[in-house]
Amino acid sequence: MDQQREMFTPMKSYVPFRGLFDPCPPIGKKYYSTPPNLYLGFQPPNLEQFTPQEALRKGTLWKVFYDYYDNPYRRGGDSGHG
Amino acid sequence: MWIYEKKLQYPVKVSTCNPTLAKYLVEQYGGADGELAAALRYLNQRYTIPDKVIGLLTDIGTEEFAHLEMIATMIYKLTKDATPQQLKEAGLGEHYVQHDSALFYNNSAGVPFSATYFQAKGDPIADLYEDIAAEEKARATYQWIIDMSDDPDLNDSLRYLREREIVHSQRFREAVEILKDERDRQKFF
Amino acid sequence: MANTMPIEYYQQLEEIQAIDFVIDELVLYLDTHPTDQNAIQQYNHFALYSKQIKQKFEECYGPLQKGSVNNRQDYWEWSGPWPWQV
Repeated sequence: MDQQREMFTPMKSYVPFRGLFDPCPPIGKKYYSTPPNLYLGFQPPNLEQFTPQEALRKGTLWKVFYDYYDNPYRRGGDSGHG
Repeated sequence: MWIYEKKLQYPVKVSTCNPTLAKYLVEQYGGADGELAAALRYLNQRYTIPDKVIGLLTDIGTEEFAHLEMIATMIYKLTKDATPQQLKEAGLGEHYVQHDSALFYNNSAGVPFSATYFQAKGDPIADLYEDIAAEEKARATYQWIIDMSDDPDLNDSLRYLREREIVHSQRFREAVEILKDERDRQKFF
Repeated sequence: MANTMPIEYYQQLEEIQAIDFVIDELVLYLDTHPTDQNAIQQYNHFALYSKQIKQKFEECYGPLQKGSVNNRQDYWEWSGPWPWQV
């Protein structure tokens, strides 16, 4: 079962419909972000925290909310999210 | 009242002299989903919402002003030493003609800020859903600016601001649950 | 007023920013979790610590807020460099 499940990524993608007369070469996948707040529900108590210095740098005190973003088109393709 | 604290919420750094980025960043200064619109939206909603969520609107609204100051700092640093010629090449010639390098509350296309960028419906659920949408739209805007930017230090600050939108959205979602007032109670339908 | 600030200024400032950020985060959490006693305890701990490190910073670089003591008798320290300048 586990090997059938794809690795989870919050960066989702879809392939836009391609018309026969589209003028530009296809971009391939279009990406969109689904950040952790969409999955957690009401935050339970005592979740794991960053240290104050890390928290400032990451923009969140709680690790569960951390979601690094980078331009998904730059790496030219599939992986999308780092 | 508000008390000013003489520090930024996050240590903003800009490493490349690229005034074009200032043109994009102003979207989050005076644009529809920017920090000014966010602050004014949340603080204004406080007067007509149940007491349970007034504190949250006050605290997030106040934090948005800290983010506004961060965006202003980025724009300031990117334009303070730019010559008129450099501003022109960055697509800021029209801005220079009107404002020199003064900051102005408009969006990245030069459209002036408007109170029509936010609503006050007086319905707590409608207003909080607008707030959640506003946070997601601001998150998306930060992503598009990061996509356009090659400045690693600037992107670091923009990632911080994007992450704040995620946390704010989480809290507004929790506020909706609080107003449903059923969280710890057995539901009967 | 010097034209640039020493590296210690940035280091002390970032410690304040980190501690105050934890406070910001705990406040938003407590707004929706007002009975979480661990979070209240943590908030009080950092609130006290923030006051201490700010006092130390203000002794070197002037007041962060209206109402803080102006340590010099001959110069209004509030008028030192501003956050967007440093």
